[in-house]
Amino acid sequence: MNRIPQQPIDANELAQVTDVGRRRFIAGLGASAAIVSSGSLMRPAWAQSTLNVGVLLPTSGFQAFIGKSCKLGADIAPNVLPGLGYGMPIRLMHADTETNVDVARSRAERLINDGAHVLVGAFDSGASAAIAQVCEQKGVPFIVNIAAAPQITEQGYKFTFRNFPTAIDLVRNGLALIGDIFHATNTVPRTAVFMHVNDTFGQAMARGIGAILPRLDFLPFKVVETIAYDPAARDLSVEVAKAKATKADFLMLVCRLNDAILVRREMVKQRWSPMGIIGPGNPGMYEAQFYNALGKLSEYCMSNVPWYNPKAPLTHSIERAFRKSFPKEKLMFHALNVGFTVEAIMIAADAYKRARTTDAKALADAIRQTSIANRMMIGGPIKFNAKGQVEGIKSACIQNLKMRPTVVLPAASAEAKPVFPMPGYRKA
Amino acid sequence: MPLELVANVTIAGLLTGLVYGLMALGLSVIFGVVRVVNFAHGEMMTIAMYAAVVLFAAFGMDPFIALFPVAAVFFLFGYALQAGLINPFITRPEHTQFMLVLAVAIIMVNGLLMAFGPDARNVPVDYALDSFGIGPLLLDKVRVYAAVAAVAAAGGLFLFFKFTPTGSAIRACADNNLGAKVVGLNVKRYYALTFGLGSACVGAAGCLMVLLVDVTPVLGPGYTLLAFIIVIVGGLGSMAGALLGGVLIGVSEALAGLYFTPSAKSMFSFALLILVLLLRPQGLLGKRS
Repeated sequence: MNRIPQQPIDANELAQVTDVGRRRFIAGLGASAAIVSSGSLMRPAWAQSTLNVGVLLPTSGFQAFIGKSCKLGADIAPNVLPGLGYGMPIRLMHADTETNVDVARSRAERLINDGAHVLVGAFDSGASAAIAQVCEQKGVPFIVNIAAAPQITEQGYKFTFRNFPTAIDLVRNGLALIGDIFHATNTVPRTAVFMHVNDTFGQAMARGIGAILPRLDFLPFKVVETIAYDPAARDLSVEVAKAKATKADFLMLVCRLNDAILVRREMVKQRWSPMGIIGPGNPGMYEAQFYNALGKLSEYCMSNVPWYNPKAPLTHSIERAFRKSFPKEKLMFHALNVGFTVEAIMIAADAYKRARTTDAKALADAIRQTSIANRMMIGGPIKFNAKGQVEGIKSACIQNLKMRPTVVLPAASAEAKPVFPMPGYRKA
Repeated sequence: MPLELVANVTIAGLLTGLVYGLMALGLSVIFGVVRVVNFAHGEMMTIAMYAAVVLFAAFGMDPFIALFPVAAVFFLFGYALQAGLINPFITRPEHTQFMLVLAVAIIMVNGLLMAFGPDARNVPVDYALDSFGIGPLLLDKVRVYAAVAAVAAAGGLFLFFKFTPTGSAIRACADNNLGAKVVGLNVKRYYALTFGLGSACVGAAGCLMVLLVDVTPVLGPGYTLLAFIIVIVGGLGSMAGALLGGVLIGVSEALAGLYFTPSAKSMFSFALLILVLLLRPQGLLGKRS
């Protein structure tokens, strides 16, 4: 009988074999524990697939500061959402629109080709309008975080949703608050010079002001001159000289961030001290970079904009996550950008939770049925109308006081009283 | 339109135009002698602007002081660029020179983006917001200083070319390349020297420009285009023409903003360019070839 020769077992080999076995066992145990603790086993099958959210923001170019501010919101969203009951896996796919409409369009196409189930963005009206077209063609839902041009939700698009006021609403709220400022400070300015950035957003705001202002009898002033300027301008000395020459009582300024800084610097150089600088519904003057660049010259500028509710439970959650992720930043300087961006991603997560699929049409249908009461920004619950627009988002008057954005109106939410006319500037 | 406003805006345009002129002077000098069009001109100026930002942040060095070391470094950089990279292309077809310099420009923009990111930066000197008040006129202090420095730098360059042996030799190379070689001039060395001088000009202009505008990496192509408009209007190769072109573009942009719409400022620069090309193709002070 042939016997199979027995190979002597080497002690080292034995040790290796048993060691690998132990390692595998421990690794397997660890993986199982991780899966169990992350709740994956508890999740239904649909929730184990990942929702890919493409986030388009201008993180370079002349809108880079605000784009990056919005991105802070996108960065903390995955930490905030599980605490709100949205524990399913979400993958954010970031893309830089480079403050360029054409780039925004091509990046949106690329994100969709790379597997994004829903897009969020894009801070700028021009870029958002371009992305909306792409999403409509591809049948992918697009949730606008910040962009006000009315036409974005006026074209009958089925896949575009906006949780931000239109320019008309911004202007209506902003002008009403200007009346409140005058009332609260017992002032009666008779003239205003209106300067606005000449891009999609600025033009929409200018059209809104042209349409609404003449109908508001309670406002005591009239616009003596309108000056449009290039959004990428590097020098605004001529524009400010023209505005100063009107001798208007105050400056109504629809701006972005970089141009707001240029205008304020140029006003000081040209020794122009009107009663005040009021933004009727635009960004720029409450951003962290505005304070950093101008120091004390940033003081007393006013912005009538949608704002956050500091007492809302969601604000507390976001503030905790924000402080943990960005200990050197303060939420108040990024609140509008962060708030609307987190809310946009939350809308996507909420729709996914209800749709139980990453199918684009099902997601769009679910977004249309959104009803979220727990929100950070002031206004009613997030509900989209037939056009895909959230209504009822309120504005507050924010004034730069003691180097921070301070709510001065409406009186019920005010942290301080409005200062108008603003004191003459001194060298910062 | 109040006269005071027109005067203020015109003077501001004139002062800015002089700094534009210094920037374009570098381009004009390089083309006038070397016959290579420097498509990386605006990008080089952007690097100089960042150099001024860095020197101010690190050492508190005022850009008016910084322009000396920056111009010196740019001279060496320009010399090396011409001697090491561009000279081998001098005899090649123009499109290969164009591609070479364009590649250098793209590398510069992306290098700046990698080093500094896309954010705008400025030099917050303590007189940045000061103005001189002369009767009804209000002159921006940094603009006045920058214009004076630009005129001084341009004047220095003009004197160098006019009254020094090296300047005369460079002019000889520009006027008659073959003749210069026959009399024993090292033409390639003088080309490198000229490229260095043109680069030093743009380095100085960058230090002055950063006082007027915030710098971002993507400013370069815009300034390259502006420099081209200026030298074509003034006359390619003409030093006085570059300054004149700068002033004309600066003033026309300012007045266009005042009388028409500020958004259309650039349109008037191009309109001026087309007008000059139609009526005097060699530029206002250029020589007919």
